[in-house]
Amino acid sequence: MSPAELSQLLHRHHGDPNRLLQMLREVQAAAGWVSPEVITELAKGLTLPRARVEGVATFYTLLATRPRGEYQVLFADNIIERFHGSVALRERLCAALGVAPGALRPDGRVSVGTTSCIGLSDQPASLLVNGLAIARLTVERVDAIAALIGQRAPLDQWPAELFHVDEPIRRAGLLLGAHLEPGAAVRAALARSSEALLEELKRSKLRGRGGAGFSTHDKWRAARDAPGPTRFVVCNADEGEPGTFKDRTLLRRQLDAVLDGMTVAAHAIGAQRGFIYLRGEYLFIAPAIEAALAARRAAHLLGRDVLGRTGFDFDLELHLGAGAYVCGEESALLESLEGRRGIPRRRPPYPVTHGYLQRPTVVNNVETFASVAHVALAGGARFAELGTERSTGTRVHSVSGDCARPGLYELPMGASVRELLDACGAEAPIQAVQVGGPSRTLLSPRELDRALCFEDLPSAGAFMVFGPQRDLLEVVASFARFFAHESCGFCTPCRVGTTQLQGAVDALVGGRGTRRDVRHALRLCALMRDASHCGLGTTAGRPFMQLYEKFKPTIERSLSSLEFRPTFDLDEALAPARALTGRDDERAHLEDP
Amino acid sequence: MKGTFTLDGSEVPFHEGQTVLEAARDAGRYIPHLCAHPEFEPHGSCRVCTVKAEGRMAAACTLPAREGLAVESATDELRELRRGLVQLLFVEGNHFCPSCEKSGDCQLQAVGYALEVRSLHFPQLFPDRPLDASHPDVLLDFNRCILCELCVRASAEVDHKSVFALGGRGIDKHLIVNAESGRLADTSLSVTDTAVGVCPVGVILKKGRGFTVPLGQRTYDRAPIDAPPEKAGKP
Amino acid sequence: MKKLKVATASLAGCFGCHMSLLDIDERLFTLLEKVELDRSPLTDFKQFGPCDLGLVEGGLCNAENVEVLRELRRHCKVLVAVGACAINGGLPAQRNHLDVRECLTSVYGRTVPDDPELPLPLDRVHAINDVVKVDYFLPGCPPSAEALWHFLDDFLNGRTPHLGHGLISYD
Repeated sequence: MSPAELSQLLHRHHGDPNRLLQMLREVQAAAGWVSPEVITELAKGLTLPRARVEGVATFYTLLATRPRGEYQVLFADNIIERFHGSVALRERLCAALGVAPGALRPDGRVSVGTTSCIGLSDQPASLLVNGLAIARLTVERVDAIAALIGQRAPLDQWPAELFHVDEPIRRAGLLLGAHLEPGAAVRAALARSSEALLEELKRSKLRGRGGAGFSTHDKWRAARDAPGPTRFVVCNADEGEPGTFKDRTLLRRQLDAVLDGMTVAAHAIGAQRGFIYLRGEYLFIAPAIEAALAARRAAHLLGRDVLGRTGFDFDLELHLGAGAYVCGEESALLESLEGRRGIPRRRPPYPVTHGYLQRPTVVNNVETFASVAHVALAGGARFAELGTERSTGTRVHSVSGDCARPGLYELPMGASVRELLDACGAEAPIQAVQVGGPSRTLLSPRELDRALCFEDLPSAGAFMVFGPQRDLLEVVASFARFFAHESCGFCTPCRVGTTQLQGAVDALVGGRGTRRDVRHALRLCALMRDASHCGLGTTAGRPFMQLYEKFKPTIERSLSSLEFRPTFDLDEALAPARALTGRDDERAHLEDP
Repeated sequence: MKGTFTLDGSEVPFHEGQTVLEAARDAGRYIPHLCAHPEFEPHGSCRVCTVKAEGRMAAACTLPAREGLAVESATDELRELRRGLVQLLFVEGNHFCPSCEKSGDCQLQAVGYALEVRSLHFPQLFPDRPLDASHPDVLLDFNRCILCELCVRASAEVDHKSVFALGGRGIDKHLIVNAESGRLADTSLSVTDTAVGVCPVGVILKKGRGFTVPLGQRTYDRAPIDAPPEKAGKP
Repeated sequence: MKKLKVATASLAGCFGCHMSLLDIDERLFTLLEKVELDRSPLTDFKQFGPCDLGLVEGGLCNAENVEVLRELRRHCKVLVAVGACAINGGLPAQRNHLDVRECLTSVYGRTVPDDPELPLPLDRVHAINDVVKVDYFLPGCPPSAEALWHFLDDFLNGRTPHLGHGLISYD
């Protein structure tokens, strides 16, 4: 990037250090990587220590601090994608392009790597090319991509069809079936006082859809009652839990409900500014969001005196993440929003009193804001008619895996697992269902009558079906790899424990595992659960622990018959020296017991 | 506001705003820890000070003291948990104590001794972490870094230089210095900086001082880290 | 009382742990009233016999280290990793971030010896518990004579050894 371009970039972002991540994203998009020189210049321009800028640039997966080529391909490495042949497709692309996996081709033109789930498990396999998603990969589509890269065709000249993302809404309810006029919910909210609005919210018994299920009313009231003149509303659209994609659909099909919900929140708590923190992998949705924000400003749904209400000033900005699952944790999200590494803050204090820029902040999930719009429109009591006593409303489930009809299913809270399995045409016999993604619950076939609601199975909306042909150990290994890749590295148990757990589970998958590895793995799981700083670490051991509790034979079958065996392949460890000396005599080998 | 909470059944006084670790330290009670330091804002990353308060695990360095809170620390369960954390720190880096000039003054070692950590238990990762010997007065040996961020905090908050920061993520997280070259010599670090003296392990070393005190006569050779305050080794 | 049989081995180490054992001085006499040494650098026996206790100094650098260690493990009831090298590879493991091929070629140049009498190096130096089950770990470089005596005294008298301040060290 030229000095002039950099100075324009800084100018566009008002030299605001809080926008550092946004600037780094733009550098990445324009130059293909963030060079050491650019880091130095950005630090100067923002009067930040250079090391701090470098710290941010090296934290996020989608930012490269080494050249990664004109074409940077990242295959989603979620287990669902793997079951749909993503590994073979990746190898095919690598072979066609003559590039080693994970490496930059010697001519510097292309690299092919992997990343975590990119929110397209309903249309696997999938990848990102220079940040843009391509779904439903087949051999033909991979060959087409190889050809386009081979011809050095600019991305904007690739066939638009390649980038088409489906929204397979299989069952619509209150949220997905709605046809809301932009601003309808804001109008309804403004007809009430902020206090009356909060009362409606209380009546609705709405709970946050991010997974933890905190009362939305309590959160909003705490933020409203917190001292200070400035308040913020933040929409958590950093949907990173593997197997989840419902926020993608809500943002593409019900965007105005979400934006209405955020504006309603601003009215209720007295906020002046808000942010949509969109995961970087959803770059393809960003233009539509920007357009909607512009349209809403034109329609006086954002800006000064919203809908003519004097003193109700509220505007929204879109912020993009850059590949970090941990930023789905609300305090890490706020750090990221302030242009820092996405490290979860220590709590208390909580974001409702010390959020964005240490000001009172409401952070809610996309689906929560969409639900809020309906509470504002039809009232809390109507909303509470849906669902169960303690889990009101509906839930949008992201269904993927071994079923005839993957996609989106909106069901009232409290629907049974079996009901959803029937609806999606799950392949019988069911071997297991992962509800809420890796950080939540692995269900055995004996548990299919359990209810999808906060009382029983809290979930951020992911629902992965595993048929009889699947190796659950491979599933758990994939989840272990995910947590190791996504650990922010702040605390010891999660930083080292996730990597160690990955090693132990990989040993089991590779057939080298012994009871000792199982004991090690269980010890790590307990250590992470008990000692980690945030939810990522405390839940990272759940998949293995649940596999051990519910599917013990799967683990037993994988075990080597020995109580003890070497942790590495002894003979293989002599291979380099054998090759160098040209020896192949008896003493140049070691037997594996 | 003042009050008392209990630590393993006996009372510990605290005043407003103190954490459990701070109040325990003031009362001469030892809770193992590595990343906490009386002069810096606690952040709770090493987790070695994990205690159980009313049934829930929490880092004592960030847990606000509260009237009547019942805190467990010296239990078998917590010793086992802390042993695991210390073992994870050892296998993460390259800790060759016999060749480290900080040996005997090292808090990671001392905590390991106090917890009777005799083996590593987990597979060692053996990362490749080159030294930085570019600075005339200070050597950086990243092999021993436990990522406690004390130097980061000291350099930013006390020295106002921000010489150190963290880069990377997860297991690839590592200490970086404030220079495009990545070399310590190209930063504004001075050997008299607070950040130089604050390292609990053997990463930041003053050159030319290595073995002025012989092994066997060093801080934690003389008295264990968990001894009563009048006797305990001070770093 | 029947004497306990004890074997010792030095793998990729410096014999410092064995020297430390000799440093228990006159307590050696007390020890030899209770134990009989089997194969050990101190006896020069060539084969291990059935043993009650095996003490291993040194880590695993090469194929021969692995063979000796497995042989010892097969012959003893209780196996103890003695010293830093046995426990975590120790100083030899400082080569672990290097490619073993580079290590060999930088020492030997192009003609790395291919004599079958020479044990082949492993690609990485390993702690002994990576290859066999280890029953107890006695850290130190070397563990002090006091620590070794304390351990042996506890072991011979059927107590679980504990290493308090001054007895546990990593250097």
